[in-house]
Amino acid sequence: MTTVSSAEHTRRDFLYIATGAVGAVGAAAALVPLIAQMNPDASTIAAGAPIEVDLAPIADGQIIKVFWRSKPIYIFHRTKKEIDEAQKVNVATLPDPEPDSARVKQGHDQWLVIIGICTHLGCIPLAHQGEYDGWFCPCHGSVYDTSGRIRKGPAPRNLAVPPYKFVSDTKIQIG
Amino acid sequence: MSGHSTYQPQNKFLQWLEKRLPIGGLIHSSFVAYPTPRNLNYLWTFGGILAFMLGVQIITGIVLAMHYTPHVDLAFRSVEGIMRDVNYGWLLRYLHANGASMFFLAVYIHMFRGIYYGSYKEPREVLWILGVIIYLLMMATGFMGYVLVWGQMSFWAATVITNLFSAIPGVGDAIVTWLWGGYAVGNPTLNRFYSLHYLLPFAIAGVVVLHIWALHVVGQNNPTGIEPKSDKDTVAFTPYATVKDGFFMAVFCIVYAWFVFYIPNFLGHADNYIPANPAVTPAEIVPEWYYLPFYAILRSIPDKLMGVIALFASIIVLAFLPWLDTSRVRSARYRPLFKQFFWLWVIACIGLGWLGSKQPEGIYVILSRIFTVYYFAFFLIVMPLLGIFEKTKPVPNSISDSVLGAKA
Repeated sequence: MTTVSSAEHTRRDFLYIATGAVGAVGAAAALVPLIAQMNPDASTIAAGAPIEVDLAPIADGQIIKVFWRSKPIYIFHRTKKEIDEAQKVNVATLPDPEPDSARVKQGHDQWLVIIGICTHLGCIPLAHQGEYDGWFCPCHGSVYDTSGRIRKGPAPRNLAVPPYKFVSDTKIQIG
Repeated sequence: MSGHSTYQPQNKFLQWLEKRLPIGGLIHSSFVAYPTPRNLNYLWTFGGILAFMLGVQIITGIVLAMHYTPHVDLAFRSVEGIMRDVNYGWLLRYLHANGASMFFLAVYIHMFRGIYYGSYKEPREVLWILGVIIYLLMMATGFMGYVLVWGQMSFWAATVITNLFSAIPGVGDAIVTWLWGGYAVGNPTLNRFYSLHYLLPFAIAGVVVLHIWALHVVGQNNPTGIEPKSDKDTVAFTPYATVKDGFFMAVFCIVYAWFVFYIPNFLGHADNYIPANPAVTPAEIVPEWYYLPFYAILRSIPDKLMGVIALFASIIVLAFLPWLDTSRVRSARYRPLFKQFFWLWVIACIGLGWLGSKQPEGIYVILSRIFTVYYFAFFLIVMPLLGIFEKTKPVPNSISDSVLGAKA
């Protein structure tokens, strides 16, 4: 392709740059749907809508497991002993310091709702196991207490608390 | 055509790469410096358009495949899920379905150009035959893609087309059972069509590479049918052909976008929005528009086996064009009789297409038979004889004479 040796910009230069610019915008616009289609679609989002769980059938000391957004959620109806164990700890000594009060709803101390995914590499910890009366993860030995906080083992953080609220004293809505 | 390398990269990295994998030089000699006849008209832009459409179909297809389920109980619903739930799913589906139609529109224009200007003649026989192979692969791919929707038309088109093979004496039924993977079109059929529908476009891409290679060895034909004789007859591919291709690609995309955004279901059949029902055959079974001419040919022959043979022959005959046409003159521009027979043949093709959409009765059958006879006669009688008897117009001395000298 011959080049114009003058310093002045020609109409051809303008056309090339303008075409290139429009082409670049077009290419970017074409990429948008191709990339966006991989995001969760409307049916997946709809399936992730909040769920209600009735707490009445859960006995004292019992832990049940429900699924929300494909994540396992443990709901723990804690006994007085388990609540005391959770509250009477020196928070500063914990690997991931967090008081029990920050992990439950006010006035509902006996209910612990946590996401059952080990914060180490994602296995589901086993309930009512481990020396802290909470959970034990068999994959690499992490141990969680009655507040779902990490005590021993390689997991870096406490078990996560999902968004939830009490719609009545015996019913919660997760999500 | 090739020979002196004008590729001199300034960039240090490109120089380094060129010594190890001369892809820069290959692109340069094939698509930048490549000598292109200076008189090509817009009919020559369709090769590039076809390559672009193949890319569009592959990309939209791969993305659609992330959301489609190839099971008889779930396929239709997964397509509706794409239309309703997947982000931009409606757009991707309509791009892919209408893209197939545009792909075939472009390939027919591309083929008609080849026949009119004698692009199949020596030394472009292999180029032409590779094109016929690409066309056959496209037909198979398009057919299987349509079945995947698993609507009424999908299912019954699959049944009709696979049943064609039962016409083969002796082994016909065994072949059909083998194709089905069962006693009728069913889940095994759908699954294997999905696999092959994903595979064949890459086979098409491979043959397209051979097609472009074969083209670059002999060079493009041009509207005069005379080979370039000197540098005056050609221009560099970039910027001339590149920009011409790009411009017409944009025009083509406007037509494409018109269908996708305003009339996305116009070329389809409403019955394919009814989930497949193996117990009920629709009142009319019609293939997509791009198969209609062949459908008309198939149905115009009263005998089952001969109809199937006529169907396949109508495509295979194309491969023999280089030898059926005996004329020394390439381009129809200088062949007044051939030109008329050609346009009659185009009318026959379009007529057969229209007739393919009609019920096979009465006047439609008679017309189909007339057009089918003419379709074959054009290739098997007109082409061989015209070469001997036609009085052609004088052919210009060179391309540049025809362009720069007296207007041809």
